[in-house]
Amino acid sequence: MKNQPVHQGRLKSPFHSRIAQLDTVNEWHQWKGYSSADSLYCEDTEYFAIRNSTAVFDLTPMTKYRITGPDALDYLNRLVTRDMTKIRPGRVAYAVWCDDQGQVIDDGTIFHLREGEYRLCSQERHFAWLQAAAIGFDVTVTHETEDIAALAVQGPTSFSVLNKMGLAGLDELKPFGLTHFDFQGTELMVSRTGFTGDLGYELWIDPDKAEALWDALFEAGELFGIRAIGTHALEMARIEAGFLAAYMEFLPADETVRTGRSRSPLELGLEWLVDFKKPNFNGRRALAEEKRNGSTWQLVKLDIEGNKPAHNSYIFDNARASRDNIGFTTSAAWSPVCKQNIALGTVRAPHGKPGDTVWVEIYYQREMHWNRNMARATVVDKAFWFPPRRGATPPGPY
Amino acid sequence: MASRYDAIVVGAGHNGLVCSALLARAGKNVLVLEANEQVGGAAVTREFADGYSVSACAHLLYQLQPEVRKELKLSPRLASEDMTTIALSQDGKHLRITADEVVGASDEDAEQYRRFRKRMTRFADLLRKYLNRRPPRLGTKDFKDLVTLGQLGLDLRMLGKDEMQEFLRLIGMNIHDELTERFRNPLLKGAISLDAVLGTHLGPRSPNTIMTYLYRLAGNHGRAGAPHGGMGSVSEELAQAARSAGATIRTKMPVKRILIENGRATGVETEAGERFDSYTVISNADPKRTMMELVGARHAETGFTRRIHHLRSRGNAAKLHLALDGLPRIEGLAKKDFAERLVIAPDEHYVERAFNPAKYGQSSPEPVVELTFPSFRDESLAPTGKHVMSAIVQYAPYALQGGWSDGAREAFTLAVIGTIAKYAPDIEQRISASELLTPADIEREFHITGGHWHHGELTLDQFLFVRPVSGAAQYRMPVDGVYLCGAGTHPGGGVSGAAGRNAARTILSREKAA
Amino acid sequence: MKTYDAIVVGAGHNGLTTAAFLAKAGLDVICVEKNDYIGGAAVSRNLYKDWMYSNCSYVCSLLRPEIYRALELHKHGLQVTPYGGSVTFMENGDYYGSYHDEEVAYREMARFSRHDADAYKTYSADTMRQCRFIRDFLLSTAPDPTSFRLGDLRELIRIGGKFMDMGEDRMYDTIRFWTMSVAEYLDEYFETDVIKASFSGSGIIGTALGIHSPGTAYVLLHHYMGDVDGNVGSWGFARGGMGSVSKSIAGAFQAAGGELRTEAGVDKIIVKNGKTTGVALENGDEIAGRVVVSAMDVKRTFLNCMEPGDLPEKFHKRVQNFKIRGSSGKLNIALDGMPTFPALPEGSSLYHSDMHFIDSMERMERAYDDWKDGTWSKDPYVDMVIPTINDPTMAPPGKHFMSCFVQYCPYEIEGRAWTSEEREAFGKTVIDQISNYSPDFKDLILHAEVRTPQDIEAEIGITEGNIFHGELTMDQLLFNRPVPGYAQYRSPVDGLYMCGSSTHPGGGVMAAPGANAAREILSDLRRPNTVPENFGDD
Repeated sequence: MKNQPVHQGRLKSPFHSRIAQLDTVNEWHQWKGYSSADSLYCEDTEYFAIRNSTAVFDLTPMTKYRITGPDALDYLNRLVTRDMTKIRPGRVAYAVWCDDQGQVIDDGTIFHLREGEYRLCSQERHFAWLQAAAIGFDVTVTHETEDIAALAVQGPTSFSVLNKMGLAGLDELKPFGLTHFDFQGTELMVSRTGFTGDLGYELWIDPDKAEALWDALFEAGELFGIRAIGTHALEMARIEAGFLAAYMEFLPADETVRTGRSRSPLELGLEWLVDFKKPNFNGRRALAEEKRNGSTWQLVKLDIEGNKPAHNSYIFDNARASRDNIGFTTSAAWSPVCKQNIALGTVRAPHGKPGDTVWVEIYYQREMHWNRNMARATVVDKAFWFPPRRGATPPGPY
Repeated sequence: MASRYDAIVVGAGHNGLVCSALLARAGKNVLVLEANEQVGGAAVTREFADGYSVSACAHLLYQLQPEVRKELKLSPRLASEDMTTIALSQDGKHLRITADEVVGASDEDAEQYRRFRKRMTRFADLLRKYLNRRPPRLGTKDFKDLVTLGQLGLDLRMLGKDEMQEFLRLIGMNIHDELTERFRNPLLKGAISLDAVLGTHLGPRSPNTIMTYLYRLAGNHGRAGAPHGGMGSVSEELAQAARSAGATIRTKMPVKRILIENGRATGVETEAGERFDSYTVISNADPKRTMMELVGARHAETGFTRRIHHLRSRGNAAKLHLALDGLPRIEGLAKKDFAERLVIAPDEHYVERAFNPAKYGQSSPEPVVELTFPSFRDESLAPTGKHVMSAIVQYAPYALQGGWSDGAREAFTLAVIGTIAKYAPDIEQRISASELLTPADIEREFHITGGHWHHGELTLDQFLFVRPVSGAAQYRMPVDGVYLCGAGTHPGGGVSGAAGRNAARTILSREKAA
Repeated sequence: MKTYDAIVVGAGHNGLTTAAFLAKAGLDVICVEKNDYIGGAAVSRNLYKDWMYSNCSYVCSLLRPEIYRALELHKHGLQVTPYGGSVTFMENGDYYGSYHDEEVAYREMARFSRHDADAYKTYSADTMRQCRFIRDFLLSTAPDPTSFRLGDLRELIRIGGKFMDMGEDRMYDTIRFWTMSVAEYLDEYFETDVIKASFSGSGIIGTALGIHSPGTAYVLLHHYMGDVDGNVGSWGFARGGMGSVSKSIAGAFQAAGGELRTEAGVDKIIVKNGKTTGVALENGDEIAGRVVVSAMDVKRTFLNCMEPGDLPEKFHKRVQNFKIRGSSGKLNIALDGMPTFPALPEGSSLYHSDMHFIDSMERMERAYDDWKDGTWSKDPYVDMVIPTINDPTMAPPGKHFMSCFVQYCPYEIEGRAWTSEEREAFGKTVIDQISNYSPDFKDLILHAEVRTPQDIEAEIGITEGNIFHGELTMDQLLFNRPVPGYAQYRSPVDGLYMCGSSTHPGGGVMAAPGANAAREILSDLRRPNTVPENFGDD
C-alpha cells in the first residue's frame, strides 16, 4: 500500500450505495472518517421508525477490535471494570474501561464470539491503549473496523423482519445474546443489542456481503415498515434510553487536557459495572478510594417541566439562579414517545440524588428574540423509555 | 509448611542485604533468597581465571553511605584508600587528581579545580541529604513528605542567593559546558567528563551530566577505595551483619514469582517450586524484572506497567578483566601508582566521541576506560607475582546491533586492549587470560534487566519523585505488600546502600503508622 | 541636546514592540537600528530582482495575539494566513504526510502504524497540557525563586498552584516532560521511525542539542505553543514575508509618536555613576535618554557595547557563560517555477506544507554529531517551505521563493571562520539533499542566498546567529534567562533594560519579551501599563 496517497475525502461505508439511494435530503456529517447521514428524509419519521416499526442504521464506522489468545479473558478482565468471567460465549457485555486514576476512557460492548475470542466495539479508537494493556498477557489485539460491516436493526417489528428474512431460531435470543447464521455462504452474526433502548438487533457481516444483506433486509421488511435512519433520530432514542455517549456525557480520559474534565464510572452512574470483588483491574484502587471518599460529580437524568429542550443549560439548586451553578446538561431532547422534556446532565455531588429537584436555565429563541426560562426538573432513576418488549424473549410480533 | 516470615527479600544484592539487615535489627523475621551461589548480586568477587579473582562489576567503593556504615557497624577493610585518579597521557605527562587538588595542570586550572570541587562538594552534600530519604510525593498531605519538601526549599535557600541560583542553573546542565567555562587542561576535562558519564547512557555534552557527577560525589565526596578481597568482601560483611541480626539468607534459590492473592503479596515461589509465605515481599531486583516477571503485569494497572515498560535501563558499561603475568609498563607512572585509579579519557571530546556510536547500537572503537590493578595491594586476588586488571569500559551498549556475538565480543575486547596498549605498550604480552562482561552478560549473570548498573538510567526524568516511575517512587509497588529496594529506586546505583536503607525505613515506618 | 524618555537599541520585532508599548504610554521614544532596514531577523528583503525573501525567520505562529490586537497590527499592514501540514520524504521513495484534516491525518498515520495513529490523540492531549501550562507564563515576568519580594512570592505561588492543580500524576508527567529528550518523549507514544523523526524536528530547531539530549522535549513545546486564530500549534505565513511583522509593529510605534532611526549602530551604552544616560553611535553621535532598552542579545549588549567596569563582575561572568550557539543555517532561493516532488501525487496539498528530508531518528541524531565535530550536517535536517504558494506577492507570477532552514550548521568550522568554499559546499549539501527528492529543483534555481550563523551574526548582529538569542536549555529558561537574578528585564545598571529574545520567554517571532520588558519599564517609571494581559484559557 505504501506510496499510494491516502484517500483524501470521506470514506464510504459498504452500505453507502443503498443509503444514498434512499436519501432525499443529502445531509451528512463525518463519523470516524466515514460519511454518515444526519437524516435521510425526515427526522421525525425516522425517529418513529425506531419506536413504531423497524429502523436501520449503518454503524460500520464503530471501532472494532478482535481479542484472541490464551489470556484473552484475563486481559479483558484486567481492562474493564466488570467481571468478564460471567460473560459466556454467545453473550455480550456492556462495559467501561478506565485509566489508573479510575477515569473512564470509553464505554462499549464486548462480544464473546467463541470460547476465548472476543470483539470489543466502541465509539473511539484505542489501539495504543489496548496494546499497552496487553503487556504481560498472551493475547493478540487486532483492529478490524474496516473488515466488518454492521447494521443496527431496531424497533418493535425488528424481530418480525429478521424472522421473515429467514433467521430461524432468533426468537430464543435473549437481550445481550449473540448468534451466528449463514447468509449466502457467509457468516452473519446477529446480536440482540442496540443504542435505542427498544427491541432491536445488530447485524455484523463481511463488507462484501453488505449490499446483499441490506437488500434482503429491506425486502423482508417491506411489510413491517422498515426505514433507514440517520444519526439525528438515533440520538433522540439514545437520550430516551439514558445511554451515555463519548464527548457528550464524558470525555475519553486519555484525551482530556484540563484537570477534572474526565469522569469515573461511579460519577456516570455505572457503579453496577464496577466489580470490586474480582481481581485487579485498571482503576480499581482509585475507584475504591472514590467509593470511600465520595465522588465529585453525579450523572443525572432529568425530567424537566415545560417543553423547551434544555440544550447547553446550567443547572442550579434554586430557581433564582443565585449562587454558583451545580452543573450543566450534556444531552437534551423533547421525547416524542414519552411526551417529556428530558435531559442528561452532570452535577456536583451530593446533588443529583433520585427525586431531587433542581432548576435548569433554558434559553430558547422565538422569531429572532431569545427568551430565558428557569425550569424545575426532577432527577429520575430509571431510563425515560424502557418498553417491556425490549426484554421480552421470545419477542412478540408487535 | 514453613512458618510465615515478616519479610522476604528477593535478591541478596548489597541493597537487599542492607534492607534485610535493618529489618532484622528491628526485630523482623527476615528471609533473603538469592539466585546465585554468592551473596552480593553484582557486588561480588569472582575467580575469572585459575587463581585470579576480581570484583565482578563495581570495583571501587566510594558511595557507601555513612549512615549505613554506622547503623550496621560496618568497617570494610580497604586495600587502597582515597585513591588518586591518574588521567593517563600518551606522552607520560599524566595528571594526578585527588578530591582536593590536581597536580600537573596549570596554576589557573589547579585554582579553578579547587573552586569547582568546593562548589560541587557543597551541592553534593545537599543532594546527599535527600539521597538518604524517601522521596516525597507531590500534592499529598503526608506530614513526612511535606516536611521533606519544606526542608528542600529551605536548604536551597540556605545556600544563599548566589549559590542557590548556581544550583538551579547547574542541576540541569551538562558537564561539558561547565568544564569548558572553567578549565583548559584536556586531561582534567576528560577525567571529570568520565566521572560524570560512567555508568550512564550520556555523553559529556548531554544535559544532566552535572547531576550524575554530583551523584558520584554524594557518597564520600568521590573519594574512592578498593576493598580488600574485592567487592565481595563488602557484601560478605553486609551478609554477616544481616545474619547476626537474625536474618536467614539462602543462596541458589532463584525466585520464580511473587505470589499475589486478592491484590496483595502472600509470599514467593522459587524456581524449584518451594513456597515461602510473607505479607511483605521486598524485591532487590530491578523494577522491570520485578514488575514483568516476579509480580506479573496483570497485577498492576496499565498506566503503571506502561511506565515500567518505558523505563530506560539499557546499560553501556562493560567490565574487562585481565589476568597478567606482571604489571605492564606505563611511561611516567611510578610503581606505587598502580594502587591508584587510572583513567583513559584524554579529553572531553574523546569521551563524547566514544559515546556517539552507543546512540546507534554500536560499541566505541576508542572506548573510555577506568583501570585498577586490585592485586597490587591485595595479594589474595592473584598468584604471587602475578596481577589482575579490572577495567570499566564504555561504551558497550546492551542492545548492540547484531547482538553480542563472539565476534563482537572479540572486537570490543581488542578495542579496549588496543586503547590500553597506547599507554601500556607491553600489556598484550602480559595477558594470560581475559574476561569481558558486557551489559548483556551482566543481565544474564546478575539478572539485571539491560545490565545497567543503576537498574535504570540516572537522569532527571527518572530521578527523585519519578524514580523508577511515578507510583512506585516510595519503594512501594502498587500491589499491596510488594516493595522495591534496589538501585532502580531512589537514589540509584553504586555500592551505597542508600536505596536498601530508605526502603527498610519506609517499610518500618509504615508498619508503625499502621 | 534632546533627552529621550527611552532609547531602544535594535529595531527587531522585540525592540519595536517595547518601543511601541512605551510610546503608547506617552513616552518620547527613539528606536535605533544599525542596518538600513528594520526588522532584525524578522525581515523581507529584496535580494534578487523582484523576489522578496523572508531571509531569516520564515513562518509565524508564536506572535502573541494579545500583542497583535493591542497594537492593532492589522491596521499597519499585517495579515497572517494559516497553512497546514508537513511532509517527510523517505529514502525508500515513500513519504509521511501530515494533513490538516484530522481523519486524513489519521489514515496516513495508520498506513504506517495503527498503534501510532491511535496514540496520536493521547500524545496531543499530553503535549497540549504542557502547552497550556507554559502559555500562561508567556506574557508574564518569571518570578525569582531566590527572592522574598511579595510580587515574586505571589507569582511563585500562582505557578505552584497551577502546577498542583494538575493532580499528582500529571505533576510527575510535567517534571519528566521538562527534563527528558524529545526522542524519549516520542518513544513513549510512537513506534514508527519516520513518524517520530517527523515530530522530533521541533525538538531541535535552533538548538545545539540532538534529539537524544535531555531537555529537548521542552524545545518541542517552544514550537507548539504558538497559535493562529486560537488553533494552538498552527503556523502561518505573514503576507509579504516576515518583514511585514516588523513593519506593522514599527507602524504602530510611529503612529504612537515614536521615532525610528536606521543606520544608527550603537557603539557603546553610556554609563555614568552606575546609571545609563544614553548611547554613543558608531558614527560618533550621542543620543541621551533616561532609559536605554537593548533588544540585542545579552552578549552583544553587555560584552560588546559596555565596559566590563560598568558591570558587577559576577554578572559579567554569567553573561560570558550564557550560551548562544550557532546551530542553524539558512538557504533562500529564487525559483523559476514550482519544483516537483515525484513521490507526491500531483496537486497534493502537501506541496503547501513544510517539507523535510530525514526519515529516521538515527539520521536526525547523526546530523547533530556533525555539529559536535565542528562542521555542518552532511545529511541535514531541512525545514523547507515555499511561501509563494500561499502568498503570490513575494515573487513574480509563476515564480517562487523557497526558504530552507537548516539544522545543524555551526558558527565556526572546527573552531575557525568559514571560508567561502565551505559556505558554498554547505549550500550544495542542502541543495543536493532536496534534489534527491526533486530532480527538477536544481534547474529552477535562479539565485540562492546561503547564510551560515557567521553571516547572520555579521548582518543581523545576533551572537553566533542563534535564532533564539540563547539556547533553550533548562539552565537558561524562566528565572535563569538570561542569567539568574536578572531575569526580569532589568540589568544591574540603573535605567538599562533588556527586551530581546535572550530574555524570558525566549526566541521566535513572539514579541512577548518585548512586551514584558515594556511592562516592567512602565512599572518602574510609574506610568500606566499599556501591555495587554494574557487572553487566558484556550
